[in-house]
Amino acid sequence: MNERAGQPAVVVDKVTKRYRDVTALDGVSFTVAAGSTMALLGGNGAGKTTTISILLGLLLPTAGAVRVLGHDMLRERHRVLGRMNFSSPYVDLPRRLSVAENLTVYAHLYGLADPVGRIRSLAAALDLADFLDRPTGDLSSGQRTRVALAKAMLNAPRLLLLDEPTASLDPDTADWVRGYLQAYQRESGATIVLASHNMSEVERMCDDVVVMRAGVIVDRGAPAALIAKYGRQTMEEVFLDIARDRRAPSLDTRLLASR
Amino acid sequence: MSGGHDRSDSDVQTGHDGLRLAARRVYAIILRHLYVLRRSWPRILELTYWPTVQMILWGFVTMFFVQNSSWVAQATGVLISAVLLWDVLFRSNLGVSLSFMEEMWARNLGQLFVSPLRPIELAIALTVMSFIRALISVTPAALLALPLFDVWVFGLGLPLAAFFFNLIIFGWSIGLIVSALVLRLGLGAESLAWVAIFAMAPLSGIYYPIASLPAWLQPIAWALPSSSVFEGMRSVLFGHGFRFDLLASALALNAVYLAVAIAIFLFTIRVARERGLLLQQGE
Repeated sequence: MNERAGQPAVVVDKVTKRYRDVTALDGVSFTVAAGSTMALLGGNGAGKTTTISILLGLLLPTAGAVRVLGHDMLRERHRVLGRMNFSSPYVDLPRRLSVAENLTVYAHLYGLADPVGRIRSLAAALDLADFLDRPTGDLSSGQRTRVALAKAMLNAPRLLLLDEPTASLDPDTADWVRGYLQAYQRESGATIVLASHNMSEVERMCDDVVVMRAGVIVDRGAPAALIAKYGRQTMEEVFLDIARDRRAPSLDTRLLASR
Repeated sequence: MSGGHDRSDSDVQTGHDGLRLAARRVYAIILRHLYVLRRSWPRILELTYWPTVQMILWGFVTMFFVQNSSWVAQATGVLISAVLLWDVLFRSNLGVSLSFMEEMWARNLGQLFVSPLRPIELAIALTVMSFIRALISVTPAALLALPLFDVWVFGLGLPLAAFFFNLIIFGWSIGLIVSALVLRLGLGAESLAWVAIFAMAPLSGIYYPIASLPAWLQPIAWALPSSSVFEGMRSVLFGHGFRFDLLASALALNAVYLAVAIAIFLFTIRVARERGLLLQQGE
């Protein structure tokens, strides 16, 4: 294993991505501590999905380096893809296949020793048993999100990348999914990187937040530290301050304001 | 929680173990497409319908020509054998390109390429699916030709296997190039799957000898493995024996075309990773 104790699970070093005259990422650098949950925040077009795509090896950066679980993703992605996984409501599974068929296909792709047993245990954990034999395209968006999550959990990934994991879920199901992910992380020590627009989710789940705007990192810190830094009550307010380019007020200003 | 991996560390999937896991990934993609076929009897019917209709049409044409053409009368099975072998090539191409486009229609390429699946494994799985689809397509028509027109294509014997495999391989090459073009240009270019293969038809000498083409076109025709196959088929059916020179030519050309097609397919996936195309595909 190339995941040594104390080594970050993800190292992004001066990564730039350009499409002709558009710069999607401009010299982005950050690390994600092993076993932590980190959120990528930012408005539409900030570069979150581009960053996740580069971490997955789906997109090649124009410049810079990415190491995931100790491996160079540009040269050795196939040595590490089996230990990571991904879920997004914007990337489908084949809709004509049943849930069980889709999970079986991916269980083989990830080389699982006991696909049937693993699918059975995930179906129980994620409450999929009632619709395992239904075509994936016939499911509600909430059910499909759970199926996508089951696919992402098949190989018990050491690094889980989630693009808006609770988008399109009702509050009850979304809360349940967050609880499931937190329990998984506690038990497995996996690292989670998520992109989300749900600030309460970020506050609840994340140890660290990277805030992006127009392809650059504009701030970074633990949710509580960012809330304190911006003198706000919630991450939502912090997000709005950053999105609207309102700088963090200095401590003196805040002290004056509080008198 | 356990993922039930065959190995705890996928870093060391080398040698025999690496090959076994690669074979499972190829199997996974084949399974995915077999699931689609199994769930859809209209698809299976469509696969067998067109070759059968073509065979019947050319069967009646043969019946007419046997009385009015001394050339066809020398070998009554020549047109039916030609149409069935042409369908092998046609279905082999579609088997690759449609299976690939199925992943694009389903917006599944992104999911596949974040799994350990390698592009070359996807290409191998597509070619195996193409072989299966071609067999499903052509076998019923080939069997029906006997009771309907007294033509037993399997009577060609071992040469039939040589013709079949050369056409299958040429179909793979065209299908892989079409898949690469559709990935690069988007699903708006999906009609290339049909356009590309029909461009080969006039040059392949399916129903007529290459010698009947204009002189300037003949070298181009001979650059296609399919021309050697159909010429070789006529040689057997007209009693001139099996021509090993044509088989060697078809095999050599196929080796070149397949190598070029695989290179184009892999290069296009690399370009797709540079341009972010793998997450943007779909209807």
